Amino acid sequence: MGRAVSLARSLLPFLVALPFLWALQRWSPPYPTLVLRYVGINIVLAVSLNVVNGFTGQFSLGHAGFMSVGAYATAKTMLALADVQLAFLPEPASDAVLFGFALLVGMAAASVAGLLVGLPSLRLRGDYLAIVTLGFGEIIRSVIQATPPAFLGASLGLSGLPLRTTLIWVGLGAVAVVVMARRLALSTQGRALFAIREDEVAAEAMGVDTTGYKVRAFVISAAFAGLAGGLIAHSVGAIEPTSFDFKRSMEAVVMVVLGGLGSITGSVVAATVLTVGLELLREFQDYRMVAYALMLVVLMLARPQGLFGTAELWDLWRRKRPAASAASAGPPGGAA
Amino acid sequence: MSDALVELLQHLVNGLSVGTIYALIALGYTMVYGVLKLINFAHGDVYMVGAYAGFYLADLLTPGGRAAGDGAAGAMLRALVVTAGAMAICGLLGYLIERLAYRPLRGQARITSLITAIGVSFLLEYGFQLQPWGFMPIPFPPGPSPRFFPELVRRADWSLGGVSISNYDVIGLAVALALMLGLQFVVFRTRFGTAMRAVSFDPQVAGLMGIPVNRIISWTFVLGSALAAAAAILNAVPRPQINPLFGLMPGLKAFVAAVLGGIGSVPGAMVGGLVLGLAEEFVAAYTLSSLKDAIAFTVLILVLLFRPEGLFGRVTVEKV
Repeated sequence: MGRAVSLARSLLPFLVALPFLWALQRWSPPYPTLVLRYVGINIVLAVSLNVVNGFTGQFSLGHAGFMSVGAYATAKTMLALADVQLAFLPEPASDAVLFGFALLVGMAAASVAGLLVGLPSLRLRGDYLAIVTLGFGEIIRSVIQATPPAFLGASLGLSGLPLRTTLIWVGLGAVAVVVMARRLALSTQGRALFAIREDEVAAEAMGVDTTGYKVRAFVISAAFAGLAGGLIAHSVGAIEPTSFDFKRSMEAVVMVVLGGLGSITGSVVAATVLTVGLELLREFQDYRMVAYALMLVVLMLARPQGLFGTAELWDLWRRKRPAASAASAGPPGGAA
Repeated sequence: MSDALVELLQHLVNGLSVGTIYALIALGYTMVYGVLKLINFAHGDVYMVGAYAGFYLADLLTPGGRAAGDGAAGAMLRALVVTAGAMAICGLLGYLIERLAYRPLRGQARITSLITAIGVSFLLEYGFQLQPWGFMPIPFPPGPSPRFFPELVRRADWSLGGVSISNYDVIGLAVALALMLGLQFVVFRTRFGTAMRAVSFDPQVAGLMGIPVNRIISWTFVLGSALAAAAAILNAVPRPQINPLFGLMPGLKAFVAAVLGGIGSVPGAMVGGLVLGLAEEFVAAYTLSSLKDAIAFTVLILVLLFRPEGLFGRVTVEKV
């Protein structure tokens, strides 16, 4: 596959999605738009977490920590650029460019945090990562609360952020994370990640630089968590240290596990179903976390691979044909 | 004594008092890890349940809370009954968690058990945050707001050359030491302990040698959970505020203590707990107190970087 073809494959989804998103943004009533924004943000979260938990078989519990880093970095950049307008562009275009830039800053900050957290803990077996990432989420919160109020707002957080997150931005973010995950899964990198998931020792024996690939996957995942954080910050207009707590990490984990560890479409479907479902079940808010926890346990006991396993949505149809059934027994991605 | 020395000794006392709690919880992590190679994420929450079990038991024994009127012997007896009851309840809980959530998944991919452990942990944390159900005889679940643990034994403070020590510190240290010595005896001097060490060494071969592996693993959970309950009572009496997320931080920190000491090693968990308690106390005292929570994770990252097998651990090579 030539470079041009692969570039086209990466860009095409964005070009297809843009008119749809624009139309949705233009004509969708406010409430569905709000729900759709959360669906999109949760897709970004779930798919990016899937790169670590699903593709690589490691277990991160600190996705909210990276969201927090991304959200604060994006918000801080936006506040710093509040009075700036790019002279050579009309105002809406200038705003869009600046917001895009701020989101990139958020992603960069989150990926640096990912590197710092991942490098020591990913050298060892996966169990440690779960604890370190869990602790990281708590540390980020206490560090933000300990900073001088003028910088990150301490416990009160930052407010008065411009509401720039539109359905288009969220949609583009979701498309970006899906394209990234899909391209990653089909690449040499992705194969290395699957090998690590299936058997780390064997992968290492085959010459896979396990730590290197794990850290890379972790950094990519953290960057997209940062993107989700930035999008949330400018969707709500205010962030505080407690808005990215444990529950959010947990939600992302449930989405990934429910959809199937390693299935991109599974994560997308689970994120959509859970987000919309929770909107419909608002009055049972108290039982939500209990239901999540029960779902995790029962799912692991009954169907440890998640609803989709490692299969993608389209594999479910393909599998029905007898000729393909032999191939489907192989490891994930073996069908490509 | 000079003021600086008095202050130093005071921090030493405080650090030891927290450290013994971490050590007791860390023992549960380390024993379970030793036999199953599983980080029992729910362990910190078993500790939380221990505190609540003690809270309800004390409430049932003396409705109204404080032990007003009855003598020191009565209070001691009550404290013993409450502690033993909480240990029994948590032992049962530990047994159930292992039996229902972990045993069916034994032999599956490790990540499956890890996710289940996290699920159990959240189930306890958020289950306890629900509003009380009407049909229960006691107000259970307790709901998210903090409760105040009753004063099982009246507090007495002594001053030794300016260093203030309470009877809680002394009782805590004595009980913790007794439990640790008891555990050391069980693990190294009894048939059960020998079997446990054999399972930890190689479960398959231990099974072939006629050791009832499942029963040993169940009892390991029971022991570890009972120790967590004891730690919870020892911690809740001097620091009486308890809530459903009360086990989260001590649980994580005790895990760090277990890793620091070398996960799977019983003496390592004790030393790791004490070292971590002291490190936290001294860092909080002599630098910024807001850094207290960050210390444990800094220690964890440093250990993982420089000595992943911990202070007392053996270097193990993962074989195919």
